[in-house]
Amino acid sequence: MTLSRKLWIALLALIVLTPLGLLLPEWLGAGSAWGEWSAQELHQKLGFVPRGLARLSQLWHAPLPDYAAPGQQGRGLALLSVSYVLSAVIGVGMVVGLTFLVGRLLARRQPHDS
Amino acid sequence: MHIPDNYLGPQTYVAAYAVAAPFWVIASRLVSRTLRMRQVPLLALGAAFSFVIMMFNVPAPGGTTGHAVGSVLIAVLLGPWPAVIAVSIALAVQALLFGDGGITAFGANCLTMAVIMPFVGYGVYRLIAAGSSATSWRRWFGAAVGGYLGLLVAAAVTGFLLGIQPMLAHDAAGRPLYQPFPLAVAVPAMVLEHLLVFGWVEAIVTGLVVAYLQRTDVTLLSPQATEAAK
Repeated sequence: MTLSRKLWIALLALIVLTPLGLLLPEWLGAGSAWGEWSAQELHQKLGFVPRGLARLSQLWHAPLPDYAAPGQQGRGLALLSVSYVLSAVIGVGMVVGLTFLVGRLLARRQPHDS
Repeated sequence: MHIPDNYLGPQTYVAAYAVAAPFWVIASRLVSRTLRMRQVPLLALGAAFSFVIMMFNVPAPGGTTGHAVGSVLIAVLLGPWPAVIAVSIALAVQALLFGDGGITAFGANCLTMAVIMPFVGYGVYRLIAAGSSATSWRRWFGAAVGGYLGLLVAAAVTGFLLGIQPMLAHDAAGRPLYQPFPLAVAVPAMVLEHLLVFGWVEAIVTGLVVAYLQRTDVTLLSPQATEAAK
């Protein structure tokens, strides 16, 4: 098996394992990353939500917020894990597609390579 | 380390875009001159690896989470300029599709994770690995230390960008408009958790992959491969 094939398989294995990144913090009771709190979390911490922060927080509605289908939050870890893996598949597909596109556009200008 | 929208005031996020933009321009010029067609799959693999590794949230003491980024690994294998492009693409998909990192904060997030981190990590790698053969332990060790320090500096700058917000904008009552914690809280918080936990994850992941590649296909770490991709 070629190295590049092995590396793509390793990437697939990582995708399958991604729910660990969801479950481990859950089991150990860890919450948001520092500086990435929701408005509610900030309200709990401070007793208020900074005004500029509250105003702008609806700037962009991501189609799959927090790597899950919208409205899946709080519907069980099994379902969230499935969502997480699907998000990884979709995300990796997008990233690989975009990088191939950008890479080929850039690399094409060279005359010598095939 | 993905700063969400509205945590940074407009001065900060516009300035961060302005600082990141030349790096995107220079990266695309340099990469268009040096990237070979056959290296494009490796670049895509690197970007995908960076995207996936950031989904592995690791708990830290204090109840927060964080993750490795992978940009130093890409810099070691392909050079820092291709890493700028690969990680920026991963961050763009995270922001647009998954709401991980803000749209307004995209410049700041690219600056820390796609620019500062790969360049610091790559510099450290080159220092430690200077003059060593492609199979030398100094290669994987340099990559690991580079990963650790690259992530640490990126975290410190993120803490700085977050921490200056209370100074820059507050309402009539003196309450902060954006990220509310001062520098003296934000920088130590970001640095400590990366120093103690996430930096080690980055070091282990980066060092292990480089050590594996040294055993399987050392051409990826040969000077020509590095020079060609710079």
